[in-house]
Amino acid sequence: MAADVWTALFIAILAAFTGYEVISRVPVLLHTPLMSGSNFIHGIVLVGGIVALGFATTPLEEAIGLLAVIMGAMNVTGGYVVTERILAMFDRSKRPGARP
Amino acid sequence: MIAWVGTVIDAVYVVAVIAFILGLKAMSSPETARRGILYAGVAMLVAVAVTFATGGLGNFALIALGVFIGGGAGWYWARVVKMTDMPQMVAIFNGMGGGAAAAIAAVELLTSLSAGATTGLSLAGAIIGSISIAGSFIAFSKLQGWLPGRPIVLPARQVVNFAVLLVGVGFGGAAVVVAQAFYLLPFFVLLLVYGILLTLPIGGADMPVVISLFNALTGVAVALDGFALVNGPLGDAGYAMVIAGTLVGAAGSLLTLLMARAMNRSLGNVLFGAFGSGPDTGGPVTGSLKPIDVADAAVLMEYSGQVVIAPGYGMAVAQAQQKVKELADALEARGVTVKFAIHPVAGRMPGHMNVLLAEAGVSYDKLFDRDEINPELAHTDVALVIGANDVVNPAARRTGSALQGMPILDVDQAKNVIVIKRGQGKGFAGIENDLFYKDNCRMLYGDAQHVVGELVQAVKKA
Repeated sequence: MAADVWTALFIAILAAFTGYEVISRVPVLLHTPLMSGSNFIHGIVLVGGIVALGFATTPLEEAIGLLAVIMGAMNVTGGYVVTERILAMFDRSKRPGARP
Repeated sequence: MIAWVGTVIDAVYVVAVIAFILGLKAMSSPETARRGILYAGVAMLVAVAVTFATGGLGNFALIALGVFIGGGAGWYWARVVKMTDMPQMVAIFNGMGGGAAAAIAAVELLTSLSAGATTGLSLAGAIIGSISIAGSFIAFSKLQGWLPGRPIVLPARQVVNFAVLLVGVGFGGAAVVVAQAFYLLPFFVLLLVYGILLTLPIGGADMPVVISLFNALTGVAVALDGFALVNGPLGDAGYAMVIAGTLVGAAGSLLTLLMARAMNRSLGNVLFGAFGSGPDTGGPVTGSLKPIDVADAAVLMEYSGQVVIAPGYGMAVAQAQQKVKELADALEARGVTVKFAIHPVAGRMPGHMNVLLAEAGVSYDKLFDRDEINPELAHTDVALVIGANDVVNPAARRTGSALQGMPILDVDQAKNVIVIKRGQGKGFAGIENDLFYKDNCRMLYGDAQHVVGELVQAVKKA
């Protein structure tokens, strides 16, 4: 395999441990925003969709690429708005001495 | 391409990745969570924007059209959806990500079918992405009520499912080996079918695990696409996808296992067990169902020191959360301590009950996890169960029960238990609830929203 792919593999291993460490102590309260927030983050797939469509040459590739961009854009905006709506509700109940 | 443009794009991706990690990290506390998602959101916006400046990129009109359609639809839909419909929304947006990953992999495969180096990774991304979108769509349909929530069990499903998966992957392998793009069609069709078949036998109560799992899978698919892209014209976007995708894959897997563990079941059992379709495995129940009316229930709670409310999916169905909040307020006005007991898998997605109660305005410091509230239940005067069933079923402590070993809310330890329930049906697991027959348990039949509304009136009047 090409050198870049090996580099990406090393990066992926570190990212996997980071993902595990970063959320290992999330309270039940925040399970939904954690899920929809990570849903939003994999919306980075939109960037891949833009690249796929941007370099597409045949009509078939363009059609599939367009589909990728539409779905990716939906993932990223939907994921963000859902997460923000839920967190806005938790925000309202902010009070001193609240449980972490 | 002008050299510094590429550098700027790369730098933006690096900053975006840092913001994603910090955004996830901020999710560990309600004080910081909102700031976290804002940072991640800004980073995402900038990352997407700079991608347009990539050298050699074409089809700008189509890209803009796609972003406009998809972004507009996602934004609008997420804005108007009711909080009670949130589980299926999360499922469908996640499915869209899986679909996008599968589509990108398809383009990759079409353009570099014979190139070799990363076709295997693209195939893997296509497989996982396809399963994720098809499965998420079935999960959405079940939650939306388009399909029955009960497990749909087809004959010989294990064999058929495995065959579909095997033949589908076979077509993918063949497409690569003989560099024949036509084989990609049956490859994608069969994998979508596999995603559907995989999800159909999984019942509604297992949805917290499934939604979380598909979220993790989409993350992995995105990462695999990223692997394929690092060799392509825009290598560094690939690295950003690898990191973000893997991050989500790891975090999502952890959440998935947490959900499965909350039911004391393995992920394999959730996925392949068709839980809830079997016969009643409960033992003989003794005692009788003892009804109580609204007036008596109200009096019982008014003169309590502490009332613990245990909500379940039934509260969501009846949209009773607002009335429940009013009841808690009315009781507190009379000096009663009110706490909420939240089981990790109550409802249809992780944290479902917390979201609904927060929407109704219940302060989150009144919401307690199972481990926090269980020791308190023994000195609680009234445990009020609203639309929860399996998560409060003491049959879980009995050997041989289908629920055996599932950690439950110990509401039966309270001095009195009042169960608000629509009818005399069984819980999702399809087994009799021992709790309802206990001496300290009273049944309050009716629609949760209606009944709790009456309780509020009764408590206020007294």
